Amino acid sequence: MSHPESGPSAGPPQAGPHPLGGSTGVPAGRGADMSHEWPLWEVFVRAKSGLDHKHCGSLHAADPKMAIQLARDVYTRRQEGTSIWVVRSDQIVASDPGEKGSYFDPMEDKVYRHPTFYELPKSLDHM
Amino acid sequence: MYTQAMDTMAKEAGVAKPTLRSAEELAAEAAFDARIDAGDFIEAKDWMPEHYRRTLVRQISQHAHSEIVGMLPEGNWITRAPTLKRKAILLAKVQDEAGHGLYLYAAAETLGTSRDQLFDALHSGKAKYSSIFNYPTLSWADMGVIGWLVDGAAIMNQVPLCRCSYAPYARAMVRICREESFHQRQGFESLLTMMTRGTDAQHAMVQDAVNRWWWPSLMMFGPPDSESPNSEQSMRWGIKRISNDELRQKFVDATVEQAKLLGVTMPDPELRWNAEREHYDFGSIDWQEFWQVVGGDGPCNRERLAAKVKAWEDGAWVRDAALAHARKQSIKEAA
Repeated sequence: MSHPESGPSAGPPQAGPHPLGGSTGVPAGRGADMSHEWPLWEVFVRAKSGLDHKHCGSLHAADPKMAIQLARDVYTRRQEGTSIWVVRSDQIVASDPGEKGSYFDPMEDKVYRHPTFYELPKSLDHM
Repeated sequence: MYTQAMDTMAKEAGVAKPTLRSAEELAAEAAFDARIDAGDFIEAKDWMPEHYRRTLVRQISQHAHSEIVGMLPEGNWITRAPTLKRKAILLAKVQDEAGHGLYLYAAAETLGTSRDQLFDALHSGKAKYSSIFNYPTLSWADMGVIGWLVDGAAIMNQVPLCRCSYAPYARAMVRICREESFHQRQGFESLLTMMTRGTDAQHAMVQDAVNRWWWPSLMMFGPPDSESPNSEQSMRWGIKRISNDELRQKFVDATVEQAKLLGVTMPDPELRWNAEREHYDFGSIDWQEFWQVVGGDGPCNRERLAAKVKAWEDGAWVRDAALAHARKQSIKEAA
């Protein structure tokens, strides 16, 4: 499992295969004593009703209630939102960036999935 | 606010060490360079050269530290703001700086450094923050001048960073730039109010503040290009987009015109329009002072760092208590 971006255990690809499999540049001793650091949360904000929640960043908080309160103060100081979701960063499962090509490229040659693939008579152009 | 990391780190970080590299690594680096050349954004989990990662951690964290330490000179005036309106504005501005620091710390953490490590580096004096915050805020007019000149210089620096090749940093910068505009405008408006409707004493107070902040503001852009050895690599990587001297000139050209509107003068007898260059010429900057302040011997370096460390240490029990409470709650829920 690897999570989207950031997180005490995130950063350089650890879970995901590193193209070199070698040094990830993590400073030595990192994560040695994480017990005093508040966990990391990802914040999703709905800008206004009718829209979906959108990822806008992350923050550290001791518990869910605090995470919501801090998210309000950090990410919606100018009425940027009407609803907030927070989720522990270590609970997010993400696709592997190293497999981006093999995972998403197969869709590239399926142009027939788009309406513009089909040429119709001019009179029907707006079908 | 703003970072001088690119320049002040040059001496410590040096250039990438010429280590032996495998064919795979060279191929990965070539692919990385190609992505940069194509204007592609780099995300946290993408492969990146070690030196790119290190450069970014330094720059983003120094930028974050600047936002946080930058709250101190302004916090100094919250309880003494002249009206409730100005107090509310100043509070909002200082709160924004805290927010900007948090966006940036989060961006730095995506590179694999923990928040505690970043704080440790600041508190131990290993990490730097912008030299500008080591100057004292002596009068209320300093609040206006900081908004106008200091935030103005920061914006000029930060706008190009919105196109930085490292996406989490670029995204944080977009958010910051959007909010920073209010900082500059409120500062100018506050000064304009004093200059147009104020007493002679208030005019003199504004001019005095301009006199004190002008040169340190110009220093915010970092050393001259000829002495900025890391710039070339950072330009290559799309971390830096416009050179120090170019940005500084742009800032001078813009603010000198704005000063005319205010009715204040810059403390530089050599400042004059150069019709040939179509830019303002200005006097030479005291780089000795700059390096002295960066090196820890500015007017307020010790005071700023001590205030930051004290806040962190005094808050330790609160952080621990919040964690202990959260643990207890989760045990209760599990039971």
